[in-house]
Amino acid sequence: MNGIRGNPGQNYRKYKRVPGFFRHAACTHANVYTHHGSTVSYGDTMPEEREVSVLVGGRAGDGINNAGALVARLLSRLGYRIYLYFDYPSLIRGGHNFAVVRAASRDVGTCREKVDFVLALNQETLTRHRGMFHEGTAVLFNADVVKSEGQGIPVRQILAAEQAPEIMGNSVMIGGFAKAAGIPWDLVEDVFRAVLPKGTDLNLKVARRAYDQLAVARAIPERGDPPLPLLTGNEAIGLGLIRGGLDAYISYPMTPSSSLLHFLAGEKEKFGITVVHPENEIAVVLMALGFAYAGKRAAVGTSGGGFCLMTEGLSLAGMAELPLVFVVSQRTGPSTGLPTYTGQSELAFVLHAGQGEFPRLIVAPGDAGEALAWSAIAQEISWQFQVPVFVLPDKTLSEGTYSIDTAALPSREDGLAVPGRAASASLPYRRYADTPDGVSPPAFPGTPGAVVKVNSYAHDESGYTTEEGDMVSLMTEKRLRKQEALARAMNTFPQVNVLGKPDAPVALLCWGSTKGVCAEVGETLGLRVVQPVVLEPFPVTQLRVALSGATTLICVEENATGQLAAIASEYGIIVDKEILRYDGRPFTYESLLEKVREVVS
Amino acid sequence: MTGRDLITGVQNTWCPGCGNFTIQHTLKALLAEREKEGRSLDNVVLVSGIGCHAKIADYLNINSFYSLHGRTIPVATGIKLANPDLTVICCCGDGDCYAEGLDHLIFAAKRNIDITVLVHDNRVYGLTTGQYTPTSPLGYKGKSTPSGTAELPLNPVELMLASGATFVARGYTKKMDQLKTLIREGIAHKGFSFIDVLQICATFFPVADYYTSRVYEPAAHDPADFAKACLLAREWDYNSDARIALGVLYRKEMPGFVERVAVPIKTAPEREQAVQAIIAARI
Repeated sequence: MNGIRGNPGQNYRKYKRVPGFFRHAACTHANVYTHHGSTVSYGDTMPEEREVSVLVGGRAGDGINNAGALVARLLSRLGYRIYLYFDYPSLIRGGHNFAVVRAASRDVGTCREKVDFVLALNQETLTRHRGMFHEGTAVLFNADVVKSEGQGIPVRQILAAEQAPEIMGNSVMIGGFAKAAGIPWDLVEDVFRAVLPKGTDLNLKVARRAYDQLAVARAIPERGDPPLPLLTGNEAIGLGLIRGGLDAYISYPMTPSSSLLHFLAGEKEKFGITVVHPENEIAVVLMALGFAYAGKRAAVGTSGGGFCLMTEGLSLAGMAELPLVFVVSQRTGPSTGLPTYTGQSELAFVLHAGQGEFPRLIVAPGDAGEALAWSAIAQEISWQFQVPVFVLPDKTLSEGTYSIDTAALPSREDGLAVPGRAASASLPYRRYADTPDGVSPPAFPGTPGAVVKVNSYAHDESGYTTEEGDMVSLMTEKRLRKQEALARAMNTFPQVNVLGKPDAPVALLCWGSTKGVCAEVGETLGLRVVQPVVLEPFPVTQLRVALSGATTLICVEENATGQLAAIASEYGIIVDKEILRYDGRPFTYESLLEKVREVVS
Repeated sequence: MTGRDLITGVQNTWCPGCGNFTIQHTLKALLAEREKEGRSLDNVVLVSGIGCHAKIADYLNINSFYSLHGRTIPVATGIKLANPDLTVICCCGDGDCYAEGLDHLIFAAKRNIDITVLVHDNRVYGLTTGQYTPTSPLGYKGKSTPSGTAELPLNPVELMLASGATFVARGYTKKMDQLKTLIREGIAHKGFSFIDVLQICATFFPVADYYTSRVYEPAAHDPADFAKACLLAREWDYNSDARIALGVLYRKEMPGFVERVAVPIKTAPEREQAVQAIIAARI
């Protein structure tokens, strides 16, 4: 290629799309897993000597996500690293839900297209996912409602024998799975005690009956590694925000951000935080800015549609220089789109949202571990620089479950020195006092002698409205200096991950939740994988270092226009090929492997 | 801070005869009273929207959040939740609060959040030069409705009673002493206080004579009587010719949003301990 250093005459949009990709995207719309339709066959080698995948399927309302979480915990206790993908339509009862648990000896952030175990709670699991089975797949099913080969579990009969309620049916299935997978009973007991604090004994009794009735189908070996904690992306973001000093979380429910609201609302007493669900997203952002003005660290959460309503508040945060963290969890758009499916199409939106020009920080964690670490940094940076900060996950990350190796989390090398923060406010207080780095010393209402005036209008250093040209220019430049200071501070963090084969000439460029799948494909094919976590201020220096020596750059994104590729091109980093997916489903290992092979061959 | 000048040096650009002067001076008098009582003004916050009314944020020398059009109330709610020790006063316009931000007004009443909302209700958009607002009478001819509005006005007092407001009052800028009493009582009221202030717009809706000949204070009204408050609210519908009741129309003591939402604060080490406990429980 003509180089990463840039070729202004080269328009990234002219790069040829991957042949057949549109067809592929269209035909996988119904279900990605049944249409892998590729040359990739099961058993295709990957850098994973021992791993296992489990599919749990049933009707919406069957508790599929909880059943998947139990499977994940069992496999985690065996010493595997976990990724759980949960797929559900936007309804409460009656549709088909499924979870895929993948357990491997390495960090994983994607599914494979074949599974080793199937737990069928409805017939549809078998018909719909038939393409995911291989010759050795162990099928376990609820014999009351499913007809199949494999091992049937008489759920109703077992529940009746113990006089247990119907809701414990999943415990029966999990007991059966544990036996089929050769998992020791004492481990099952441990996990049930940890996960099901209510009715544990009865749950264990029904699980034990299934455990005793079934035969071992495929024994999953214990790895012996110490088990790691499992967190969803949204839980990790919530914990990160708390570590960053969160005082208040304000949110209006919107998938896939809602589980963050539910998590923080459920744990608010433990953290001592205020959680509010107001009348709409406009109230959400303005209420949060009220908290910030009063000296409390706030965050809001939503998805693209809700963020549309927040943009006037975002611009206010920029003008009034109030810190606020926006968690925008992306789903398939435009408009209502696919509420429960994934996408990466809001990068350009959050980058440009809000009228006027003001600094902002955007971080896009690639997995739950990064979400934990970077959400804390986001909250802190927002406060230090009095700027809006975005944490930009997607449905895959927000609602996926990951093993977190807390010892391996990224951390900054040394503390941030922020002159504005260290300087104390002097009287008469001027909220927008001009400083070398543009960050004014903060003070809050209630501070003796300080009159704290913030303003959405163009204002002077004291916060009074002004239309005077020189003052407007001065304040504009002050805000832009904050952008420079912010960029300098961010450069003290490792902002760009290099995975795969770090010195390979062919590089995959990705962001957000495709980190895991790109890393695996990169390792298989011997490619460099470069993942910027910070996307604004664009970490161009670190990115150039990460791409140094690369001759071919392939951008992988889950949107239709290549938004990161477009941003990179503005900085002279030219992408040669784009692999884009926009059917709401995340890349699987095989689907990406196939596409990358097509473009590198 | 004590002994401060309560009026800033910012040049005042309200029109001569504007009712906003009355509201400004009433607030100034109340702030001076508060200082005299030995209560600091450092704990007072004024939140304004956008419009002629909102310039008061520049003119009064107290903490202020000059917000967006229609967005005073969510900001004020956030401030009060963040620091319940603050006295939070919202100055909104009628276009601001009854059009752009009506949802917030209804929810503030529903929540009984302890803030005081003063609506500078001049029944016209002043700053954008004379368009109709939700309280303009039917047929009002403004620049956006040259042949007259085709919709009836909203009755904000009735709306607030229906929404659960626990302090509902109406004042008039030509009755300054009464207005001062209403605002003082509104601020003292523990819970959501709503005061619709009939305010003269000298330029676009100068109806002082109309108001002055119709306003009255209902004798022996018991503000605890909700049914009577509703009757008084409906007596004048902001459109037809009728007497206009002023004063505290309704008042009720109820637990508020701040008390119901409040969570005891934890120290940083306690929070970190909670984070680690949650992570450990996920193994």
